[in-house]
Amino acid sequence: MGDYILLIISCIFINNILLMQYLGTCPFMGTTKKMDTALGMAMAVIFVLVMAGSITWVVNDALLKPFGFEFLRTLAFILVIASLVQFVEMFLRKSIPTLYAGLGIFLPLITTNCAVLGTCLINIREEYSLTEALFSSFSYAAGFGLALILFAGIRERIILARVPRPLKDTAIGLVTAGMLSLAFMAFKGMV
Amino acid sequence: MAKTVVQEFTKGLWAEIPPFRLVLGLCPTLAVTKAVDGGIGMGIATTFVLVCSNVLVSILRNVIPKQVRIACFIVVIATFVTVVELLMQAFAYPLFLQLGIFIPLIVVNCIVLGRAEAFASKNKIIPSLADGLGIGIGFTLSLTTLATIREILGNGSFYNISLFGPSFEPFTFMIEAPGAFICLGLMLGIMNMLGKK
Repeated sequence: MGDYILLIISCIFINNILLMQYLGTCPFMGTTKKMDTALGMAMAVIFVLVMAGSITWVVNDALLKPFGFEFLRTLAFILVIASLVQFVEMFLRKSIPTLYAGLGIFLPLITTNCAVLGTCLINIREEYSLTEALFSSFSYAAGFGLALILFAGIRERIILARVPRPLKDTAIGLVTAGMLSLAFMAFKGMV
Repeated sequence: MAKTVVQEFTKGLWAEIPPFRLVLGLCPTLAVTKAVDGGIGMGIATTFVLVCSNVLVSILRNVIPKQVRIACFIVVIATFVTVVELLMQAFAYPLFLQLGIFIPLIVVNCIVLGRAEAFASKNKIIPSLADGLGIGIGFTLSLTTLATIREILGNGSFYNISLFGPSFEPFTFMIEAPGAFICLGLMLGIMNMLGKK
């Protein structure tokens, strides 16, 4: 059990997918202008990533490994993620319309979110077991959401500040993300 | 005709140079620019994928049904990424290890998908080729510039050759994650200043 707690903490804080491993920067810049969109994106990523992480693990273990098709991993994973996103979208629209209304526009964007494919690949690369993969997918996604929400909060304040014209928008956003990442670096001493 | 091809090529080098003018593909930009060799390697790999996928998408543009075009583009791109992955494993193994997870992640690099969607699916083969090549080379140039700054400041070296001798105290902040974000942000600001109308 202790191992799992350690895994969760290290995935959320120490190896934060966004601020420490640089994955998923595009949606990070795109969706953090408002708190609502950041929250929606965070929820959608957690939802999809937990499913994608476990399904890609099974695909890798049951289909690719026994037949020696490991070189097709990139192709197989992206297909799994793309079809999963499509499927989740259809399922939510039919059965849980309220959740669909909340996540709606963020779902298609997830296909090209490198944090999702990245986590699936990290799971395989670190040779996690299925439960470990499940935990790591969830905590990487939670770390992504945490960074997104923290950053959206900061960004709503930046809009009120006077920023030099060339640095407006994305440029100052990146510099701020740097500061936030510096704060997360302090977690390195934790474990 | 010839003139427009040249235009398609050169716009990638300045007017639409990624990731500064087109703010796309930030993840590899931040991650692989710790050192110059990684930046150049990533740039070349992305250029290869961009050119090949642009050409193939342009050839198939009338065959691919509109509704499923994104899925088709992703399959095309993923195929070429697999090709690059295998080629690098065979011929540039140290670079393959250094770039690690970021080679398969070229699949989800928004620049590649963006060019397929915005340009190659609407244009003939030759302009698409020029567009892919231009954007790819522009991306390589940006990565190299950023990597040069970060490697010189953060490691005191250029292309793994030490510049200042052993007494130099490297500014290691620059090769860590926060340095990447801040350096890219400041460069984006400088580019905005230069390109102001």
